[in-house]
Amino acid sequence: MSRLDIKSPSKAETVVENLYRDVERRIAASPPGLCPVDMSLSFLRLCHAQSCGKCVPCRIGLGQLALLLEQVLSGTATMNTLVTIEKTARTIVNTADCAIGRDAARLVVDGLEGFRDDYEEHILHQRCLAGLKYPVPCVALCPAGVDIPGYMALVGEDRCADAVRLIRKDNPFPTACAYICEHPCEARCRRNMIDDAINIRGLKRYAVDHAGDVPQPECAPATGKTVAIVGGGPSGLSCAYYLALMGHKVTVFEEAKQLGGMLRYGIPSYRFPRHLLDDEIASILSLGIEVHTGVTVGKDIWLEDLQKQYDCLYIAIGAHQDKKTGIPGEDSKNVMSAVEMLRAIGDDIMPDFTGKKVVVIGGGNVAMDVTRSSIRLGAEKVTCVYRRRIEDMTALPDEVTGAMAEGAEIMTLAAPVRIEADEDGVAKALWVQPQLIGEADKAGRPRPHNAALDEVRIDADIIVVAIGQGIEISGFDAAGVPIKRGAFVAGLSGQVGDMDNVFAGGDCVTGPATAIRAIAAGKVAAANIDEHLGYRHEITVDVDIPSPMLNNRPPHGRINTTEREACQRKCDFEDIECGLTHEGAVTEASRCLRCDHYGYGIFKGGRVDKW
Amino acid sequence: MVNLIIDRKPVSVPEGTTILEAARSVNIQIPTLCYLKGINEIAACRLCMVEIEGYPRLIPSCDNVVAEGMVVHTNSPRAREARRVNMRLLLSQHDTHCTKCTRSGNCKLQKLTNDYNLLGDHYIKDLKKTEDDFSNPVVRIENRCVRCMRCVQVCDKIQTMNIWDLMGTGSHTTIGVGKTRRLGDSDCTFCGQCITHCPVGALQERDDTGKVFDALADPKKITVVQIAPAVRAAWAEYYHLDPKFATAQRMVTALKQIGFDYVFDTDFAADLTIMEEATEFIDRFTHRDRYTWPMFTSCCPGWVRFVKSQFPRFVSNLSTAKSPQQMFGAVTKSYFAEKIGVDPHDIFVVSIMPCVSKKSECALPNMTDACGDPDVNVVLTTREMVRMFRGEQIVPATLEETPFDSPLGTGTGAAVVFGSTGGVMDAALRTAYRMVTGSNPDPDAFRAVRGMDGWKEATFDIPGAGTVRIAVVSGLGNTRKLMRALEKGDVSYDFVEVMACPGGCAGGGGQPIHDGIELAESRGSVLWALDQAEPVRFSHENPDVMALYRDYLGTPMSAKSHHLLHTDHHAWKMPSGN
Repeated sequence: MSRLDIKSPSKAETVVENLYRDVERRIAASPPGLCPVDMSLSFLRLCHAQSCGKCVPCRIGLGQLALLLEQVLSGTATMNTLVTIEKTARTIVNTADCAIGRDAARLVVDGLEGFRDDYEEHILHQRCLAGLKYPVPCVALCPAGVDIPGYMALVGEDRCADAVRLIRKDNPFPTACAYICEHPCEARCRRNMIDDAINIRGLKRYAVDHAGDVPQPECAPATGKTVAIVGGGPSGLSCAYYLALMGHKVTVFEEAKQLGGMLRYGIPSYRFPRHLLDDEIASILSLGIEVHTGVTVGKDIWLEDLQKQYDCLYIAIGAHQDKKTGIPGEDSKNVMSAVEMLRAIGDDIMPDFTGKKVVVIGGGNVAMDVTRSSIRLGAEKVTCVYRRRIEDMTALPDEVTGAMAEGAEIMTLAAPVRIEADEDGVAKALWVQPQLIGEADKAGRPRPHNAALDEVRIDADIIVVAIGQGIEISGFDAAGVPIKRGAFVAGLSGQVGDMDNVFAGGDCVTGPATAIRAIAAGKVAAANIDEHLGYRHEITVDVDIPSPMLNNRPPHGRINTTEREACQRKCDFEDIECGLTHEGAVTEASRCLRCDHYGYGIFKGGRVDKW
Repeated sequence: MVNLIIDRKPVSVPEGTTILEAARSVNIQIPTLCYLKGINEIAACRLCMVEIEGYPRLIPSCDNVVAEGMVVHTNSPRAREARRVNMRLLLSQHDTHCTKCTRSGNCKLQKLTNDYNLLGDHYIKDLKKTEDDFSNPVVRIENRCVRCMRCVQVCDKIQTMNIWDLMGTGSHTTIGVGKTRRLGDSDCTFCGQCITHCPVGALQERDDTGKVFDALADPKKITVVQIAPAVRAAWAEYYHLDPKFATAQRMVTALKQIGFDYVFDTDFAADLTIMEEATEFIDRFTHRDRYTWPMFTSCCPGWVRFVKSQFPRFVSNLSTAKSPQQMFGAVTKSYFAEKIGVDPHDIFVVSIMPCVSKKSECALPNMTDACGDPDVNVVLTTREMVRMFRGEQIVPATLEETPFDSPLGTGTGAAVVFGSTGGVMDAALRTAYRMVTGSNPDPDAFRAVRGMDGWKEATFDIPGAGTVRIAVVSGLGNTRKLMRALEKGDVSYDFVEVMACPGGCAGGGGQPIHDGIELAESRGSVLWALDQAEPVRFSHENPDVMALYRDYLGTPMSAKSHHLLHTDHHAWKMPSGN
């Protein structure tokens, strides 16, 4: 025996390490709709296996909790069992010696609070409230429910035009989403259980890039009903698109000079080339949608009038009002909001930042858009200032790393305190207070607080505030649209309170969110407006979906999309991303596990042909 | 055509054929449990796994299609092992007290277990501790269920009622009632198609044979049994008797042997139904503006339950005529009781029906018109009757024929076809024609209503009344399509016959079960052949029905007829409140 040994893992330990990684991926790919009590029990058992066995609450208590949960699941528990579970879990939280026991029991405590109704349903009625309503994970997580396995298969067979037609059944913006969608569909992709999610957005981009001009379907016979859409962004235009397909007469009112909403005035062209946006909007309008731009509700037109003149109304004005930091000096010259800056760029009015030092305040995607745009506008130095850490940023990780590659400075843990201006009122610097990351808030996000360090001065010629957007409610609240926390209130159907013929959706209801959620809201509103008008038009498409391949399960790396070199792309507003090659697209499409066919999909809910 | 090799046999099948069907086409049987062609091809039981050269994993053959050059092995060592393991897994959660199961001898799982010689228990028995609910005509026994999903699919795809659904996830996944917690709270029509498509004994009718034996044992009870038309086309299937030999009259002998005092024929009541319904139709047709259209038949309780819950605004369109079963009960406990001079409360009426829903119909609160007791006491399905025969060790092959008792045992050709889709319409039109024109039509004049199409349409000219536009549907999915089309105004009819089960009562949910085989058509053709062979093919020529009117009821739709033979479909509610 040597006095000390170098630590080296045994074979079993190596294999178990791999299993941990597999389990991590597997949990990430959990299908939506599982029984929460059953999942709690399974986690509990995993946690129990992690116990060293020294202390009573963890060694015995977790096991007893598991037995009690089993009773709940087998329908032999009573409401008293719940009390025992609660008491036991609480005691383990309070008395376990380390995190292994404490946090295992906390899972149960949280569950009792979070899905008590499901516990009770199991006890009182021997059944579960959960269910696999949407068994295909990507489709379930796509707000618009796009038939993703369907178009994956079509891309795999080089039928890009059919792929576009299939996507349009649920989302009239295939191109926009191919370039800028945040692809929630990839989060729970079952392929994660094997290796990695399918590059769904990459394949969609391949489809739209190679589909050529895909004509729109015929509209249903005219119904004579009229619908006004307030707001020509993704939500308004999606609603307009489907209502036009259903045969209704649609008129869109847009405040800005051009249509597109945040797709034009929020997203820089290096992420979504303008001509593609213009083509996509033109294609939607080809259904015969009437458009009035430069019209503001409450100034040029009145909601009450629209309500009277049209059979139905859809409000989708987005969230275009800038939010202020409220720090001293914010009204200095050369301090602007992200909304202002991106709106100008959207209308091709390019500010000149040549040689300027730009400071961007914020950590979301808009902050990244502003940061990367500033670099392209010639700034000498761009610093993105954020209160928390990089991992706390709401911006997509790719956006952050992209900005950094293009030379942006990311200054984290720095809370803006004031803007220093010269005697002419021109901003000169941003002062920030260094932060220390602290305890987690209720949602589990750690809160920063002031660090015991001195304030720091950041030289700035231009300061852009990108800390979020609000909704322009004037003109709407006066007309009776209910408002809560600065957003319009609409039900899950899109209908607005007790206003008979008014629907609303998109950012103006949810607060700033993603394009696909806005599109989905437009789709939902279209269906319910159609119903409200006394119809039940069906939106469908006649595209044959290729049969799935027999076996495509061996692990295979995900084919990622690449980007142009940072030093090159940062000099222009041209597209930064290089689409998949034909070879890459076909290979990537073949990785799809076809959950529409394999698993639950072939039994129920694998394909929604119409809505 | 696609060419492939299965078990060293060259096979050539059309593109899109599944591997399973390709194998079957050359008589290679791959075992299946959950598979139901066209309805449930979901590869859930994993018994049909085969090995395909070049693929590392086994492939289910029921939901994957052939490819050119494929080389398939259905009985490779790996496939064999997988099949046996999966079957043993199924058995670990299956209550294998086969001796006590109604499906013993007619159970797909039992057969496979025997075929594969799966002796002993290899896995720990893992049965659930749940109490089964015997309060409804349809009974589900949790620990017999193999979760093949056939019931869910049949209810969704064929009947479009979506009553059964998969509940829960993970190891707790089972079949339950989707929208409401219990079957009794749901709008289930009790059509029983889930039962006849269940591969095992998880779904069955509530067994009411005990009540019948009790009545037979009660010396005070006068036991009367009626036999529905479709029963005669199916009752002897268990005994593998030729339909020509398996006559209704041999069934009469068997029922007499069991001890029934009177064995009557629902055909009698079917003729009576036609008298009432045809009269009602002519009355409505000649006073069009007083009614909403079309008029619907009302003999099928599954359909009545369906229309009440799914399309309640059409309930008033139902003919008010009771079903033959209920007319029979009402007449037995009034006219017949009087005729033989007994207290109707002492009469115990049993129906033998091809139907599960009839069990709910006889229990409706307003089906008590004759004497206040239920007009029909107990309904047995064809299957339950066969179980009674078996319990009595009756050997039908050795039975003589006995005629039905009189006077409620006489039926015409028009009555016997009630058991097949189109039969009620055909019979009603024959009599309506006579009622309007005063002369009989060719009894085969309305043959356009016959046949297995799920939704048939025809128009007939009845001189003096005009053109009658009719439709005949069977299966609730087809019915839903027709009702939607009616609602939208895409179609319009004067008279519509609806039967909840595909192909009508011949394919009823109470009929004998033959896994994977639909027998509505062949049983129906037995009934149509009986019609052809009957000397009397018009309900209005049934002498005993005429006597009933002459001696007791007066005329169709008279006050007395109305009281005994008609019903108010609004007088009771479905669980959903309609």
